[in-house]
Formats: sequence, structure tokens, C-alpha cells
Amino acid sequence: MKKLMTGDEAIARGAYEAGVTYASAYPGTPSTEILENISTYKEIYAEWAPNEKVAMESAIGASVAGLRSMVSMKHVGMNVAADPMFTWAYMGVNGGNVIVTADEPGMFSSQNEQDNRNYAKASKIAMLEPSDSQECIDMVKAAYDLGEEFDTPFIIRLTTRICHSKTIVELKERKDIPAKEWEKNPAKYVCLPAMARNMRVKLEDRMARLAAYSETSPFNRAEMGDTKIGVIASGVCYYYAKEVFGDNASYLKLGFTNPLPAGLIKDFCSKVDRVYILEENDPYIENFVKQIGCECIGKELFPAYGEMTPDVIRACVSGKANSTIAFDKSKLINRAPTFCAGCPHRGVFYRLGKRKDIMISGDIGCYTLAAGKPYSAMDSTVCMGASISLGHGAQKAFNAQGVNRRVVTVLGDSTFFHTGINSLINTVYNNSNTVNIILDNRITGMTGHQENPGTGYTVKGEETTLIKIEDLVRAIGVKHIYVIDPNNLQEVDDTLDKCLALDEPSVIITRWPCVLKQFSKEDKTEFNNLFATKNKVEEDKCIGCKLCLKAGCPAMSYDKEMKKVRINRAQCVGCDVCTQVCPKDAIVKED
Amino acid sequence: MTKSILLVGVGGQGTILASKILTNGLMEAGYDVKMSEIHGMSQRGGSVSSQVRYGDEVMSPVIEKGKADIVVSFEKMEALRALDYLKEDGTLVVNNEEIPSMSVITGDETYPDDVMEEIEKHVKAKVVDATRLARELGNEKAANIILLGTIIKAMGLEDIDWDSILEANIKPQFVELNKKALKVGMEAVA
Repeated sequence: MKKLMTGDEAIARGAYEAGVTYASAYPGTPSTEILENISTYKEIYAEWAPNEKVAMESAIGASVAGLRSMVSMKHVGMNVAADPMFTWAYMGVNGGNVIVTADEPGMFSSQNEQDNRNYAKASKIAMLEPSDSQECIDMVKAAYDLGEEFDTPFIIRLTTRICHSKTIVELKERKDIPAKEWEKNPAKYVCLPAMARNMRVKLEDRMARLAAYSETSPFNRAEMGDTKIGVIASGVCYYYAKEVFGDNASYLKLGFTNPLPAGLIKDFCSKVDRVYILEENDPYIENFVKQIGCECIGKELFPAYGEMTPDVIRACVSGKANSTIAFDKSKLINRAPTFCAGCPHRGVFYRLGKRKDIMISGDIGCYTLAAGKPYSAMDSTVCMGASISLGHGAQKAFNAQGVNRRVVTVLGDSTFFHTGINSLINTVYNNSNTVNIILDNRITGMTGHQENPGTGYTVKGEETTLIKIEDLVRAIGVKHIYVIDPNNLQEVDDTLDKCLALDEPSVIITRWPCVLKQFSKEDKTEFNNLFATKNKVEEDKCIGCKLCLKAGCPAMSYDKEMKKVRINRAQCVGCDVCTQVCPKDAIVKED
Repeated sequence: MTKSILLVGVGGQGTILASKILTNGLMEAGYDVKMSEIHGMSQRGGSVSSQVRYGDEVMSPVIEKGKADIVVSFEKMEALRALDYLKEDGTLVVNNEEIPSMSVITGDETYPDDVMEEIEKHVKAKVVDATRLARELGNEKAANIILLGTIIKAMGLEDIDWDSILEANIKPQFVELNKKALKVGMEAVA
């Protein structure tokens, strides 16, 4: 049966067809839909882990115990998972294991543009790079068979365009794979120095055997046409190149990219006049081609950052950009994403942004949007969980300099579970005095609403132990804990005042569900009148001062003719933040 | 010959469903199809786009600047923004709808009054009141399927059995409404 599938859906389908029975992940754009889709196959156990390191370790455990397992993550997630991954490479698999990384050339939803092919090389793990959804399925299946044959985990490297593009795939039956037997084998599974030294030797031998295999892999193939130009490309760049050059070039399509096939590459280069290397981000293939003594043109002509789309390739090769319709660009208005109407982060950042003498140490989530107007309420963002620890360091530095500046850290519930807990331990242990806000919107919001350890449900919708953030924070040793309603601006202000007056660490948990969440029965019980009301402007009272608009709600707009503010009834969910901002009490609840 | 269709709009306008129905129809008709979308921020009021390409054998899933055969914009400002992608002799369909962005709401920027004038200096646009037409059908949310109808007409894809594609991709209670919406869209650009 034929179907249009995204790369993410196809990776999940590949896992299903390959007989995978265990999958773990932490959500992250553009990889999130892999585990979401896997969780719909009843044959596969699936779980959200609190972070990528934990997901990787649980998938390793499942492999060691004999199952085919998968772990998927966005590119920066691999930094978190790298610690177990590098040693896992030494151990080799029992049941096959595939590690999926979704890189982001162009940084559509990410804080950096790292090229995770470097991880495959550095960790000596075999790697495949699909060019479309059908290859996602085929490569996942091959990775399990080859991985078990060569005793290695496999990395499958995707990019946003593979993850989120739909192409046609052919669905096949699932192959059920019996679990491998677990045997006590410290020489394979206990990485003590004495054992690891032996494994290290075996690792080189495995890489040599994989390099020989790479020469014959069906995923590495030459397509000879006109030989004036030869293109070596991997991933989606292969199709970008074919779009540009068509039959006017020859192609070496590389899909098995660690180890790279030196013989195939030398042979291809000898048959064409000029070699272009088309790859997004780093000169990963290019450096290898040059290292084996072949001449090629790579990053000196093509950009090392952003996407290598056909128009980019064309402009580099021909020296001129595609002709486009010229128009007055000054007429364009900016349309950046914003907090939704009813977003529980609005009240917190509206008030926080007005504070003087603070530094706001931020984190990764929807709330990072607070860095922009109208809030301008975020002063740093690095990586998951960093808000609390970076803030701790900054506070210590301000204190040491005698600077009267307090640090307020902000992160979401899922981000706190991800890597915020260790950071908070550091804050308490080292006698810090930061104010730490945990924006508990009862879900992992940014990536599209995934369950997490604080929601009480698993990825399959099963009920589980709900880990209460306030209990966790108390156990860590925080003495000043406040759980507040972020839509109550007075409560936000009063609590901030109290915490900023302390010389000890404090935690403020702002607890209100994400407006886009599908509310659980617990949400409906805990939160009164959850988004069930509307606000309206009483026109005779509105003086058109536009102060309410500074709260940044997309449901509000200014009527230039009437000189009054309007509320879009379809969008308003009655959070009441605007009613508290209005100096004339002109915004009220609808009857 | 590969054809390129670009759908643009604002998060929440239904571009993703429209492109899903379009691509499924094209696949059923025997075309090779690729579709690419960036939707990480689609629910938070940002600009969204779906790129659809079809033909005998499609290479790139991404449309190049200056190469879209048709751009269908669900919102006026997004039509202007997407002009970079339209072929010089390409077709432009614009839904006559104005959605202020946050910078307009907070007063940092002004939504220009002459967006359509600026567009029509360069391209002869087909302006469709999809939101109003959908309201007349009884549900504003069908505007996306009306706009899908304009694509089908403009690209000469009327022979595909769209009714059965709609039945397979839309909740039963909305199928009749959307069949009507598709026809309204096709007539709007006839």
C-alpha cells in the first residue's frame, strides 16, 4: 500500500516493520513525531523519558536485554545523550539499537546548528543518512540487520526537511523478531578500564569491517550521466542537486556515511571533470574526500550554514540568484510567533519585564518568546535546564562584585524535569540566593503537548504516578516555595517581592495549564472555570490608552476609527490578565 | 514537468489540512508528490507555509524562490511576503483577509492600508473573499477548502475525484460542507 508520510512517520513505520519492541525519547523539534507515531503501534513499548540521556540509557538497557530498541532526539539532545553513547559504541549491541538524530540546518526551532554527523565519527558509530521517507523506512530496517551483524548501534541522521517533508512510501508487513537471550558477559557490558581496553581494540576492527561494507552498501551508489560535473551528496541535498543539475551531471549518492566509502569516492572522482560536494552544515564528506587525496569543491563555494536548497546551489554555481518579482519590502510587517491568547506565561512575563535591577536567566520552551516585544523579559538562553545554573553563576558573580542585581531564573515544568533538577541542587547546595520560577503549565508545550513526569500520564495515555514539583523542590532543600496562579498579577507581584527580599534560594511555581492542552480530568477538577469565560471591553469606559495591548494578547486589537480596544471573542478564553492591566476597569467578564 | 504550489498563511488558518487533502488527491491521481512544511510555531500566530510539488518524478521537496507556479495566500500580508517565490508569470490567489501581527497589536508597526495595491503593481492577483464565502456556507473554518478549490481550478486538476478524497480525510459531519466549499472555490476563480 502507498502512503504519503513525513520522514518522522516513516522512521516510526521503519521501526514497526523492523520488529522494534522498545522506544524511548524526549520531545524536540523536529524529532518529536517519531516517538508520537511509534506510540500508536501496539506492538512497540514506547515512553517519554525526562531527558535524552535517560532515553538513551533505557534504550541501551532494552538492547542489552535482547530487544530491538530505538531512541530519537533533536540534534542538541545528542549532547545530553553523548555520555552513554560514546561508551555504548564500545559495548556493541545484543538486540539491534538505532539512535535517531534530527538536525536543524537553518535553525527553524533550535538554538544552534550543530552537525551531528561529527558525533558518529567521534563516537565510532555507524551512520545512515536518508534522502526521503522511503529511505527512512529502508534504512531503519537495514540498520537493525546490519547492527546485529556487525555488533554496533547505528545513528540515523535526519534534517528538518527530511523529518517534516512528505514523500510517497510503500508499506510492508512487520517482521517479528524474537528477543535475543541475555547472558552475563562483563567483557562486553562492564566498561571497566581493563575490559574497555579490549573493547577499544575490537572497535577499530569493527570500523575497518564497516568501512569495507560501506563500499558495497546499496545506499552508496554512483549514477553516471554527463561527466563534466560530478556531485557527491547525502541526505536531502541529493535531491536538491538533482533539481539543479538534472541529467547534466553524474552523482555519487551517499547514504552510508560512517565510515565513508573511500574506494567508491576515488573511483567516482576519477571519472568526472569537476567534483562538487553538496552537504548542509559542516564539510563532513568534503574533509574526507580531500583527506583521501581527491580534488573537490565544497565550502569554498557553498555555504557552511543554513539550508542548501536548490536556489542556494544555483546561486553559488552560476553566481546569480533566481530572478524574482521585485516589490517594496518596506511594506512587510513582522509576524513572529507569540504567546497564545490565554497563555499562562503572559502574566508572569508582563510583570517580570517591568522589574528593574534584575537579570532574567531563561530556558528552552514557548516562554523563550518572552525575550521579544512587548515583554523584553529574558536576558539569556543557552540550553535545556541552564536557566537555574547559569542564573546561579551570574548571581554569585554579581554578589562578588557587590553589584545590587538579583537573578530570576525561569523554566518550564518539562524543562525542570529534563535537567533543571541538578541545577537546583547546585543552587541549594552552594548557598545561592536566586529566585527560581517554574512555569508549570501541566504539559510539555512547545513541542506540541507531550506528557511528562508531572502530568500523571504516559505517552500511551496510561495513568501513572504524578511527580509533584513542589514536593521535589522541598526534598532538594528549598525552604521558600510558593505555588501561585500566574493569571493573578497581584499574586505574581507580591510573590516576587517576597522572594527578592530573601537572601536564600526560593522557588515560585506558577501553576495553570497551557491553553492548547487537552485537559485531563485532574486539570478540570483542580482549575476552576478553566478557560470557560470571555472578557469584553465596556466601550463607554475605554479611553483608548492602549495600555492593555502591552500585555501582548493576540485576541486584542485597536480600532483606529472608534479609538477603542476590541477583544476577538473567538480567541478570548477569559484569562483576565487584560482586566487587571486596564487602568479604567473597562475590561470585564462577559455575563 | 514538476509543478510547484505554495500555500501560505497564519498559524491556525488551516493551510496544513488543505495541503494534506491536495497531496493525497495528487497521489491518488498517480503523480509523484512531495510536500514540505515548517510548522514548529504554527499554533502561535507565526507565518506558516506548505510547499507542494507534483509531477512524473519530483526531486526537491522545497520550492525555489521565483519558481512557484501558483501561490495561494490565506492572508494579504503573507501574499506580499510570498511574492519572492512566485514565478514572474505565475498565478496568485489572495484571500481578502487581514490578520494583525503582535507588532501591529502593540503599536510597534502599522499594517499598511495598501498591501493589495503593492501586490497588484507587480502581479494580477485573483482576490477571493474566502472567509465571507465560508461564512455564507455556515462555517468560517471552511475558508481553507474554498482556497483549495481555487488551486484545483487554477492548476486544471478538476478531473481528480476530490469528493472521495474529502470523505477520506475529513470528519463525516463536515464532508458535505467541505464538498460545497470546494465547488465555491473553483467557481470563484473560474
